[in-house]
Amino acid sequence: MTLTVTDLSVARGGIPVLEGLSFALAPGRALILRGPNGIGKTTLLRTVAGLQPPLTGQVEGAEDQIAYAAHSDGLKPTLTVAENLIFWASVFGRNGIEQALDGFDLQALRDRQAGALSAGQKRRLGLSRMLVTGRPVWIMDEPTVSLDKTSVAMFADAVRAHLGQGGSALIATHIDLGLEADVLEVGPYKAKPPEIDDFDGGFL
Amino acid sequence: MIALLLRDLKLAFRAGGGFGLGLAFFLIVTVMVPFSVGPQSELLARIAPGVLWLGALLACLLSLDRLLALDWEDGSLDLLATAPLPLESTVSIKALAHWITTGLPLVMAAPVLGVLLNLPVQGFQWLVVSLLLGTPALSVIGTFGAALTVGLKRGGLLMSLLVMPLYVPTLIFGSEVARRGAEGMAVQTPLLLLAGISAASIALLPFASAAVLRVNLR
Repeated sequence: MTLTVTDLSVARGGIPVLEGLSFALAPGRALILRGPNGIGKTTLLRTVAGLQPPLTGQVEGAEDQIAYAAHSDGLKPTLTVAENLIFWASVFGRNGIEQALDGFDLQALRDRQAGALSAGQKRRLGLSRMLVTGRPVWIMDEPTVSLDKTSVAMFADAVRAHLGQGGSALIATHIDLGLEADVLEVGPYKAKPPEIDDFDGGFL
Repeated sequence: MIALLLRDLKLAFRAGGGFGLGLAFFLIVTVMVPFSVGPQSELLARIAPGVLWLGALLACLLSLDRLLALDWEDGSLDLLATAPLPLESTVSIKALAHWITTGLPLVMAAPVLGVLLNLPVQGFQWLVVSLLLGTPALSVIGTFGAALTVGLKRGGLLMSLLVMPLYVPTLIFGSEVARRGAEGMAVQTPLLLLAGISAASIALLPFASAAVLRVNLR
């Protein structure tokens, strides 16, 4: 299933931030989004994930295909690592969390409460959630925040394995993950400020 | 869906989950009323159905701001919105979990607390029936209020103001059932209206809640 984005414009807080974006993400491929802070990477990812409607343009092939990982991991501090993962697995109608625990080296922590984990461990747990969803398209927003070098390598391996199984990934990140991936610089797609064409416009 | 319900129940019973908050508040209100009204058992018997219903309603209201706000803060709500579960069923399950952890304990505690307020004997069954029929409506309407204010920091005040008027019909007919029951009158009319309010809220409001949640998640 190819994810196709055509002539997409997105807005944050009612103000257009990116316009005229088009790309296609074929199975087995990864696309890295780059751009300065505030350019609208998160807004773009949320739009592709279907959390907000686009201003113009279309996103095709995302419906019920994507797994989204945001800045916050959606973990419950009073549930254990395993309970958190089992919950997300069953929400996506799957079972079996062992692969996810192994993939992110969480076996030793499985009975620890998520609230007692370090920032990097929480992040690893948040990322391992992607493995239990079983969705083909991963959309990830700054996945490597608070990860150390070993964990970044672990994450890159997980993405590579996912791509190898015919999945695809759309990742906004600033660091080099060592993946064979296309890079999309979103800076040139910055939306131009709306033209002021009437009297009231000058006051808005 | 069952996984979400079980998770919400598990979270409510774990430390800091807020289970018992509504129940404790209900207990405090009904224990304090005889002290403030004075030891006039006839007066207490007359106001008991109304006090119990008001206590239950306020106890429900107290626990509403945690209903969706916690899931919003830690990002689970975004992730749930991209999950295969439709948002309509997510909010319905959330309302059901709220009812099980708040409404149901109130229903079970009400007869015990009715004794403290000198509720007439024939009133007990109707008090329980009215609460059993009315509290689901309180949870579902409350979920709608919580969905409306989910993105706001400290949105509890606004939510109370929004939800209060929506609670009025449930309160009127609910306490009317309990009052008529206590006085040995026919309860059919307010009982049917109360059941109607609950049925309509449960049928329609999850769609409204899901719609406003989608807007708030943008």
